[in-house]
Amino acid sequence: MADDDLDQLVIEQIPHLRRYAMALAGDRDRADDLVQDCLERAWSRLGLWRRDGSMRAWLFTIMHNLNANAVRKAKRRPRHDSIDDALPQPAVPPSQDDWLALGALSSGLAALPEEQRAVVLLVGLEQLRYEEVATILDLPMGTVMSRLHRGRERLRRHLAGDAGPALRRVK
Amino acid sequence: MSDQRQPVTEDALHALADGRLDPARAAEVAAALTDRPEDARRVADYQRINAALHAQFDPVLAEAIPARLRRRPKPRWTALVLGGGWRSVAAGIAAAVLLLSVGGVGGWYARDAAMAARQEQAAIVRPAALAHRIYVAEVRHPVEVRAEEEHLVRWLSSRLKIPLKTPKLDTAGFRLMGGRLLPTDRGNAAQFMYEDTQGRRLTLYIRSDLSGNRETAFRYAQDDSGVGMFYWIDGAKGYAITAQMPRAELLDLSKKVYEQLEE
Repeated sequence: MADDDLDQLVIEQIPHLRRYAMALAGDRDRADDLVQDCLERAWSRLGLWRRDGSMRAWLFTIMHNLNANAVRKAKRRPRHDSIDDALPQPAVPPSQDDWLALGALSSGLAALPEEQRAVVLLVGLEQLRYEEVATILDLPMGTVMSRLHRGRERLRRHLAGDAGPALRRVK
Repeated sequence: MSDQRQPVTEDALHALADGRLDPARAAEVAAALTDRPEDARRVADYQRINAALHAQFDPVLAEAIPARLRRRPKPRWTALVLGGGWRSVAAGIAAAVLLLSVGGVGGWYARDAAMAARQEQAAIVRPAALAHRIYVAEVRHPVEVRAEEEHLVRWLSSRLKIPLKTPKLDTAGFRLMGGRLLPTDRGNAAQFMYEDTQGRRLTLYIRSDLSGNRETAFRYAQDDSGVGMFYWIDGAKGYAITAQMPRAELLDLSKKVYEQLEE
């Protein structure tokens, strides 16, 4: 495969990386920082990509590792910003579906532990197979499924209103 | 539920919601859910969550990619930083080694290592890589003074103010073509070029005008196009062996060079 083709494989994935990073980081600037770090690392290590593997999975693995490291670092610092500050701006106007009104989905995602959020998004948003998610996150399948289960249930309860004021209608 | 049916597990509910079951199994699970309204609602809710994720985040796919993400960085020399000397090179090649991407993600690596690596980039990796790129591509004038001219080594030794010698790589199939004098930011450097019968070229870059009093281990760097380099710094002297070939082969050649130079 020529280098240009290899470049193209990476470039094709940028929109997907941005979508996932937006959902994961909950903030546009942080998301694009994450994508940029991911791409820089990918470009510099392109020679290490196994050509029989999935470029998408490889890039998501890099992004996951970068994000996990950033999250670890952030945890060591005291947090002063409230969770509300981290909510993404709605990318589309609210849908007709009230309980999935965008604010609730965002606050629900933000309220998930990082590890559950990643699984919920890789499965639900990126539509990756469970095996691929296990590879990307370097986890056993059982752990992926239990995080998926706990994450989805937590998100579901949040959206159903158990989480309190975040879900109240603001009409 | 008949005995042939597999039980409807938690995993099966998620797999149904995600469309990961084959049609027969999906129908089976869906049928079982008619008796289990709470589970049926969960599956429906999971699907609505997936749909909501797409509704909220899919618009990002259609956005123009910001310029800072579109730009592919220039090929960058990345160094595999190995501790110790030869022994750890051999060990390091076999083991997973720390890939240090210079100037990459800030704070990702130990600051000292990053700083030292940046200095090495400027001192030896970059100038040697540039000289390699330019002159290996030369068909008619790859060298300034041919190997047959016996003043080659004497001349470059006097310019670099150190006694030079040209390592012999004939046993590995590489013949010395000659050399040239190169400028550095502070003085002179020398480049010797070798070629094998397949026309592959290898360069040995030497400079003797470094300021620090440092010694480095033997290190490896490579660019995105597969050109590799082994280099080391010994006080004011810096050496780099550069060629487009697999790392193991370049390592063999570099050992030969190193052993002859350090004799």
